[in-house]
Amino acid sequence: MIDLVAIGASWGGLRAISTVLRALPSTFAAAVVVVQHRAATDSMLAPLLDRAGALPVRDADDKDPLRAGEVLVAPADYHLLVDGDAVALSVDAPVRFSRPSIDVLFETAAQARGDRVVAVVLTGSNADGAAGLMTVRRHGGIALVQEPADAERPEMPSAALRACPGAQVRPLAAIGPELVRICGPTA
Amino acid sequence: MSSSESSVEELELELLLEALYRRHGLDFRGYAMASLRRRVWRRVQLDGLATITALTDRLLHHPDVLERLLADLSINVTEMFRDPGFHRALREKVLPLLRTYPFVRVWNAGCSTGEEAYSMAIALQEAGLLDRSRIYATDMNEGALARARTGTVPLASMQSYTENYQRAGGTRGFSEYYEVQGDMAVFDPALTRNIVFAQHNLATDRSFNEFHVIVCRNVMIYFGRDLQRRVHQLFLDSLVPLGLLGLGRKETIQPPELAASYEPLESAEKLYRRRS
Ligand SMILES: C[S@@+](CC[C@H](N)C(=O)[O-])C[C@H]1O[C@@H](n2cnc3c(N)ncnc32)[C@H](O)[C@@H]1O
Repeated sequence: MIDLVAIGASWGGLRAISTVLRALPSTFAAAVVVVQHRAATDSMLAPLLDRAGALPVRDADDKDPLRAGEVLVAPADYHLLVDGDAVALSVDAPVRFSRPSIDVLFETAAQARGDRVVAVVLTGSNADGAAGLMTVRRHGGIALVQEPADAERPEMPSAALRACPGAQVRPLAAIGPELVRICGPTA
Repeated sequence: MSSSESSVEELELELLLEALYRRHGLDFRGYAMASLRRRVWRRVQLDGLATITALTDRLLHHPDVLERLLADLSINVTEMFRDPGFHRALREKVLPLLRTYPFVRVWNAGCSTGEEAYSMAIALQEAGLLDRSRIYATDMNEGALARARTGTVPLASMQSYTENYQRAGGTRGFSEYYEVQGDMAVFDPALTRNIVFAQHNLATDRSFNEFHVIVCRNVMIYFGRDLQRRVHQLFLDSLVPLGLLGLGRKETIQPPELAASYEPLESAEKLYRRRS
């Protein structure tokens, strides 16, 4: 059973993540964690995403528990890690110029949850998330990538597909419904 | 990787930490594993090894790896007036409460290379409190403390620190506080005179005084829940009644029973006041 969805996005991510969240019902059966690259001082992301759909969205506090149907966002200027049944934060150096880093989120999610993870790479103009996506696959999780041609910026999904050729590719509009199919709403 | 392989890796990590503790007295056993694991693997790879056990072997038989591993395990990233909103709240909400004390003791736990302590000294100075205050700035990392004691920061950082200072409600010209020497900014000794830098390990050492203010930011995010609980108990036991506690922007007092011993002073900035 897949009980954790990890989403990474960069340039154009606000719109893309909102589209995905809009498709998830309040009964969505997995916890959701999100890394969106952003400025160190930006605090508006979670409130904006909170309005996107039915699931509550907030900036993660250190050691917040992962709960089905709740969305935790990496706070500006912190890495977000999955540690057992909770998240942990760190101010370790940026990884490939990014803090938060999508690779850090994906790798720790894979480590903690093995084959119970689906990782999603959305629009962006760098290569963050590619290595992490491969790690998710190696641990038996599912890799899902936005169709590059359909992304506001194709570089990040393209890099993810190069690193992880076995990933499933979907246009943005199909990603939310696919997550519902994979994780299911609770009965 | 199968789940049995990952539980073997878990065991290897525990054995490495046990070796670090038993052999060198360095206790990382209560730390949050996810970030520790990443950093240990980094050292395994940089040293051209294949497993964590190989690193443990090297640690036990070729102690030269210790210094490298320790450098990997300590994250000393810091800034002056990091999160200006916190420092503004400290200035506006906390310092006025300290006026009535004849002498003020501040504990800056996990001070790294000193930037946070210098920032608090500046705020105390501008509130007219520095002369009767002492900042005890502690860290487990001797290398970071040695840099802190120099009372200097890289000049290259000063532009962003100046912006932070202004956003934190600083009332003077930031450049009044330092002199340029080469590529370093050297702080006025009048500012650093009342800061005592000392080694203290939150995981293994006890309280060493009673404080009016404790600031511990971006340190306990690296701890697991049990260690967080122990350190929060240590802070509670080290604060005078009505003493103040400041945490990092995304940290909370754990567990809730301990949180009940405090009232929020400025909850958005994670400033709490111990109940009497
Ligand atoms: C990321 S820095 C935070 C520096 C500063 N407080 C800030 O927020 O900018 C974390 C510091 O905590 C220190 N530290 C980690 N574990 C510690 C322990 N058990 N006892 C004391 N200091 C510790 C590290 O050596 C490092 O200097």
